[in-house]
This record gives sequence, C-alpha cells and structure tokens, in this order.
Amino acid sequence: MEIGVLGFQGSVAEHIAATKEAARKLGISCRVSDVRTSAGLERLDGLIIPGGESTTMYKLCEREGMLERMREVPALFGTCAGAILLAKKIHNEEEGQKTLGLMDIVVERNAYGTQTESFEENLEVQLGPPDSEPVTMSAIFIRAPKIRSAGENVTVLANRGGEIVACGQREGGRFYLAACFHPELSTTLIHEHFLRRLLSG
Amino acid sequence: MPAKSTSTLKSGLAQMLKGGVIMDVTNADQARIAEKAGAVAVMALERVPADIRAAGGVARMADPLKIKEIQGAVTIPVMAKCRIGHFVEAQVLEALGVDFIDESEVLTPADPHFHVQKKSFTVPFVCGARNLAEALRRIDEGAAMIRSKGEAGTGNIVEAVRHIRTINNEIGALAGGDPRTLAKEFRVSEGIVAQTASLGRLPVVNFAAGGIATPADAALCMQLGVDGVFVGSGIFKSAEPAKRAKGIVDAVAHFNDPKKVARASEGLGEPMRGLEMSALETKMSERGA
Repeated sequence: MEIGVLGFQGSVAEHIAATKEAARKLGISCRVSDVRTSAGLERLDGLIIPGGESTTMYKLCEREGMLERMREVPALFGTCAGAILLAKKIHNEEEGQKTLGLMDIVVERNAYGTQTESFEENLEVQLGPPDSEPVTMSAIFIRAPKIRSAGENVTVLANRGGEIVACGQREGGRFYLAACFHPELSTTLIHEHFLRRLLSG
Repeated sequence: MPAKSTSTLKSGLAQMLKGGVIMDVTNADQARIAEKAGAVAVMALERVPADIRAAGGVARMADPLKIKEIQGAVTIPVMAKCRIGHFVEAQVLEALGVDFIDESEVLTPADPHFHVQKKSFTVPFVCGARNLAEALRRIDEGAAMIRSKGEAGTGNIVEAVRHIRTINNEIGALAGGDPRTLAKEFRVSEGIVAQTASLGRLPVVNFAAGGIATPADAALCMQLGVDGVFVGSGIFKSAEPAKRAKGIVDAVAHFNDPKKVARASEGLGEPMRGLEMSALETKMSERGA
C-alpha cells in the first residue's frame, strides 16, 4: 500500500510516524512518504493532509498544480487544517478561502478562538460498526475548526457536546476521513481505521 | 473535563508551524500581504528590527491597539514580542489572546538575570538561542519552541548560520558525554540533556531567525536542519515585499529542490540593504544568555 502525506508544512513527520506504526500494528506492508509535487501523487492509495495552516497548504498545492490530482486519490484523510481542506464549504469565510471541496461538510475555522482556548480531552470515537463499543482516545484540539453541519451521506465518528469532531464519507468509490483534532499527536487508532478502510476497498 | 495550558498543546502549535515562514508585520496591510503570500503566522510589531536598530533607545512590547489591528486582519496565528524577563508584558500579551509570545532579544531586556518563567502561562513561548546551553535553559523554563537568535535587523545570515551549526554540533557531541556533568555545565536539568541526546535534536520545534533576506537564505537554513524560518526585516524592508514574501514561502516549501528555489528567487527586486557585523553598535544576540 502507498500512502502519501502532503509534505509542505505542519505535522508531516508525526503523520508519517503514526501511519507506519498503524501499519505495523495491523501487520500490513505500507510505504509512507511525504509528497510535495504532482508527480508524487501518482499511484497513491491514500493521501493524508496534516495539521498546519490550511491557507498556506492550499496556496502551495495550487502553485504546484496539485489540486486536481489530489482530488483523484482514492482515499483522503485530513486532520485539523486537513479537514478544512477536505470540506465543500467554509462557514462565514469572507476572504473566499478555497478548499478541495470533497466532503459534504461545512467547517468553521478557528471556531474555539485563539491558542489560549486550545484543549485536550478524552473522546469516544466510533470506529467499528454502529452498534459496537466506541473507543476512547486522547484528542488534542489546537486552534481547531468545528464541523458546523454534515450531509446525510456523512458518517459521524465522534461528537463533542453535540458537535461533530470526526466523520467519514464514501462517495463514488472514494473514501474521505476528517478529524478536527490531531490524532497524529496522541494515537494511531484513527490511522489504523483509515488503513483498514483502504484494505476493505 | 478539557485540559488547557498543557505542554502538549503548547509544543503542538509549534509542530503545526513546521515547514512554514513566520513574518514580521507592523500593520493590517502588511499582515494581509504576509497571509496572502502563504505565511503560517505573523509577528505583530510596532517596528521591524532594522528600524528598532536604527531608532536606538529602549524597545518595548507593541501597543495593544497595534496587536488588535493585526489580529483583526488575518486568520493565521498572531505572535507578539515581550522583553526578556518582562513577565507583565507577557501577561498583557496573553490577555490580548496572542497565539504565541516571542521573549525576544530584539527588544531591550527588562531583567538582567532572569527570563520569564514560561510554564505558568497558557500561551506558548518561543525564545532565541545561540548555542545548545541557551536553548536547553529556555526549554527548561518552559519555551515550546526555539529559534536561532541570528543578528536581527541586519539582513545578514551569518550569525543565524553560526547559531544553527553550533546547536547541531553541540547536539552531535552529546553522545559521548555524561548527562550529569553536561547538565551542570549548561545549568539545566539532567533529564533534558538525556532527552536531547537520545532524540539527536532539540526536544521542541527549532526555527531559524535573524538576518534572513532572500529565498536562498531561507532554504539554506532549512537544509541545515531547522524546522522553519522567521523573516523579520527582510520582507518589508525590501523593494517588493509581496513578491519576496511569496518567494521565501516557496523556497522553504521546496528547500531541497534548487530549480524551484531558483524560480522562487527570480525578479524579486532589491533585497534589504543589510549590515556587516563589524559595523554594528549593538549585538542583540548577546542579550539574554
């Protein structure tokens, strides 16, 4: 399996390490590399868009002419800034910030406020079938976005105070996964979920 | 219950800035130029270091109105500087909701002996360092991020390169040493010496700063192993700030690809004039060891 991590900026090394560790735990062979060019997106089974600054990452992808090919990768997983880039719409965005426009979600950037409002807490995440026991993980929210609304085809994986903080979507043979927090800083469970989803096609 | 103010959250924001360029700005227009160029954060200032150097006198924290103006102009993180040891300026900046505080030698130090005890703050701090001992002392005090001091406001990269190489070499030399002896020599905890030795790098994110004026300067620092760069006077003291800001962002994003660094360096107009080290009246990097 070939996984790429968008490599310009942010928690790139952390995602590479978490993906390798998740693959090891699942006993699957997986090559993980950072991607900074359109050519690097060829033959990827999955692309991870890390945490960082969504405005910076979008501009660098656009300047590199990578956006179209990113949309064609069979599976994408975004955390924090990455989740913003996956969304179809940004809530209250005056500057007209652009995204990949793949997931049927509306996100609000910096929805909790500045860094002094950042927090971590344990979160229950539903990674198995709907009736299975959720798993508890430490979730780290740093200048985090909120998912304001989601379409019917979006599966909610975790809520916090009634707000969606992690979700997935299957569409047209592709799979998308978004988290408002940073699993790459605390756990491999969501990376394992992403790899399992890829294996099951 | 959500936990705030943890070291994971503080160093976590620094991790999200890796691979990025943080730009000094002095008003809303400059902040918007920086964001549009692709900066990952801005440093809100009343004057860039070159102007602080030229003006002389005591340099202090910016007017809160200046910081609010810049916070209102952009969606990326906003940093601001306090004087070394001036914990009340730091309290004020935290109250203003800045995302990161730079306890900076660019401003005139307020305390001849002590830096701010950074652990008691919710907001994370970045501090400058010339060598490993300074870097580890700052981390021990609670800094969530380190940057080279370089020599701010000169447009001369030589001191930043000196500091980056010194820290790299001193980390390399840790392997053979006794952590207890080194901890005593550095005036830091034994734990942080052992941690740095086993990681083979600083235990927090490490940026370059001080004298970066061109895309190639920025890529040079990246190839020397830093996680990202601060650009102070280098952008808004140049002839065409918007072009130069974008060029530096592109060069950092593709720092290992000389063809792309070449393209990022094309047609940027005059860089800032720059100063030779021997011509300096004040060495800012000697402040706050």
